[in-house]
Amino acid sequence: MKNIKVLGPGCANCKNTLKLIDEVARAKGAEIHLEKIEDLQQIMSYGVMSTPGVVIDGKVVHAGGVPARAKVEGWF
Amino acid sequence: MSTLTDIDRMSRRPPWGWLVLGFAAWIAAYASLIPVADSAIAALGLARETHLGEAVHFFFYDTPKVLLLLTGIVFLMGVVHTFVSPERTRAMLSGRRLGVGNVLAASLGIVTPFCSCSAVPLFIGFLSAGVPLGVTFSFLISAPMVNEVALALLFGLFGWKVAGLYLALGLGVAIMAGMVIGRLGMERHLEDWVRAMQSTTPAEYVGDTLHWAERVDAGVAHVKDIVGKVWPYILAGIGLGAGIHGYVPQDFMASIMGRDAPWWSLPAAVLIGVPMYSNAAGILPVVEALIGKGAALGTVLAFMMSVIALSLPEMIILRKVLKLPLIATFAGVVAVGILLVGYVFNLVL
Repeated sequence: MKNIKVLGPGCANCKNTLKLIDEVARAKGAEIHLEKIEDLQQIMSYGVMSTPGVVIDGKVVHAGGVPARAKVEGWF
Repeated sequence: MSTLTDIDRMSRRPPWGWLVLGFAAWIAAYASLIPVADSAIAALGLARETHLGEAVHFFFYDTPKVLLLLTGIVFLMGVVHTFVSPERTRAMLSGRRLGVGNVLAASLGIVTPFCSCSAVPLFIGFLSAGVPLGVTFSFLISAPMVNEVALALLFGLFGWKVAGLYLALGLGVAIMAGMVIGRLGMERHLEDWVRAMQSTTPAEYVGDTLHWAERVDAGVAHVKDIVGKVWPYILAGIGLGAGIHGYVPQDFMASIMGRDAPWWSLPAAVLIGVPMYSNAAGILPVVEALIGKGAALGTVLAFMMSVIALSLPEMIILRKVLKLPLIATFAGVVAVGILLVGYVFNLVL
């Protein structure tokens, strides 16, 4: 069970990232807990400067733009 | 898992052949712009002397030209972006003093990937790594205003001189505004939680090394992203521009936005631009047509800068980190800078 957070104030790219992760996890049958963080103070606490950012189990694995599908597949 | 992908990445060779082919096709297409537009008119049985013929020719010449230039420049910027991440820019700016720092920040604003939706995280990220407030503002003003889409369109529609002037003056506004804000010592007008994050520990930069194949991929992705988003605006803009080109009487704009217009037409243009939130792509083709009808370039460029650099939605986002006096100062200083640019353009050209 992976705990995944998508950091972003709510722009289109953040929603696309969320959807992509959800899709890939479903396709791979991975069990995840997906969460969207929109609060700026929380986003900043991860030290991410360009959104959307992706955090898996407390570690920032991606920042800035929608990640490539291949990169997302590598996470599961 | 990660070693496997690393080997995967190493073994991919950069698509140099495709790049050369694409470049040649680009040159060939650019060289045949006028013949194509001429034959399009001829095929439709129109003559350039008629209103309709002139409008259609404008459309068939300008659309491919602008799209070609845009694709070329956006691709190059996509590749350049892989060299300058926001994290790297921040590391280069942290601890810089006013002056040198502002010049550097404004210049880096052109080449660092920037999306207005991450303006706030970027702002805080810079401050928390010891980038001075004024230097941060120089970056924040230059990044959206002097962007590759605006430059590509100016280049395509007005030539390299105007594009160059816009670049230089846009940088000038960003540098000057950042220095003024820095001198005013407005740190106390940051929201409290942001001030708490301000520190002087310099940022360290750990970048991942990309291979050329991936940089080229990034260029292609950038083209798909930007050109894919912007082309309908360009088509609509050029369509509207074509209508103005063919049908609006010559010198129609001269009395409203021309050089002989009253002094207040420039501030009025800047004011009108603030609540408008658009990208350069939709406005510029219309602007070009208006200038053909006698509008002054300075007034029109000031309008454009104001639309891009001073947008109401962005200020609402910034309100989360800045208190009102600082937002007002920011808007005021940038507006004055844009006004100066407009008057200078009108005087010089």
